[in-house]
Amino acid sequence: MTQIIFYFFSAILLFSATMVVAIKNPIHAALFLVLSFFSTAAIWLLLNAEFLAIALVLVYVGAVMVLFLFVIMMLDINVATLRQGFARYFPLGIIIAFFMVVAMGLIVSSDYFLSDIYSQGSISTIQSNTKLLGLAIYQDYLYHFEIAGAILLVAIIAAISLCLNKSKITKSTQPDVQVLAKKDDRLRVVKMKSEEKED
Amino acid sequence: MITLPEVLSLGTLLFCISVAGIFLNRKNIIILLMCIELMLLSVNINFIAFSYFLGDIHGQVFVFFILTVAAAESAIGLAILVVMFRSRDTINVSELDSMKG
Repeated sequence: MTQIIFYFFSAILLFSATMVVAIKNPIHAALFLVLSFFSTAAIWLLLNAEFLAIALVLVYVGAVMVLFLFVIMMLDINVATLRQGFARYFPLGIIIAFFMVVAMGLIVSSDYFLSDIYSQGSISTIQSNTKLLGLAIYQDYLYHFEIAGAILLVAIIAAISLCLNKSKITKSTQPDVQVLAKKDDRLRVVKMKSEEKED
Repeated sequence: MITLPEVLSLGTLLFCISVAGIFLNRKNIIILLMCIELMLLSVNINFIAFSYFLGDIHGQVFVFFILTVAAAESAIGLAILVVMFRSRDTINVSELDSMKG
């Protein structure tokens, strides 16, 4: 039964990945990518990785793919010019993919991965997956976890500062210029001759 | 019962599809970013498969970090894409030759 479910979701995953690569419209490609993320999450659930399956759906489908769709819809893309090389590079792509499938298939299908140490299928299901993962992250991988947080912060700052629109319509203050202002920049003392009183 | 070679072949096929996609859609930078996401996904499938069959949680920790880095990468990539479209009015990779590389 588990195997049937696995094959079902694998078929959906491979089909949707092929459609991502082959379909014309980028919006449809993004939607097929969402489908492939969902089927991957189902496969991860079968492999007892519950936390990561939910995280994949939340982070990827909820945030990253929405970002992709946002960008695709915001840009006015001419699809026809972007598809020009498709037919030309089709044989090359297929040949390279074929050789990679053969090369990796020879490794994967060898008897090495069928040996007994890989057939246990025994990550602990007594404790919850989230608890195990949390213990590993906060005990063994604490520094790595903090670096991951720093990477996300850098990504936020980089993305915002790249896309910040410095147009003239936006009203904003420039604190550095304000601080550097001298008295002479703002105040002008004008010498005038005082008026004589006329009798 | 799922066996390890089945999951590994799934990851292999997914990786090869995305490599073929990079060759086929070499003009469209959005599809290129999507293909990179698919590659990272296939690597993650391998990590989770080994984590399951070896009974070791550390594979899942690595998937966690890969997800983080992939999210940051796609966010910055899309930001660069938006800036590029603003200045050049195109996302065609073959027209980005101002550095004469």
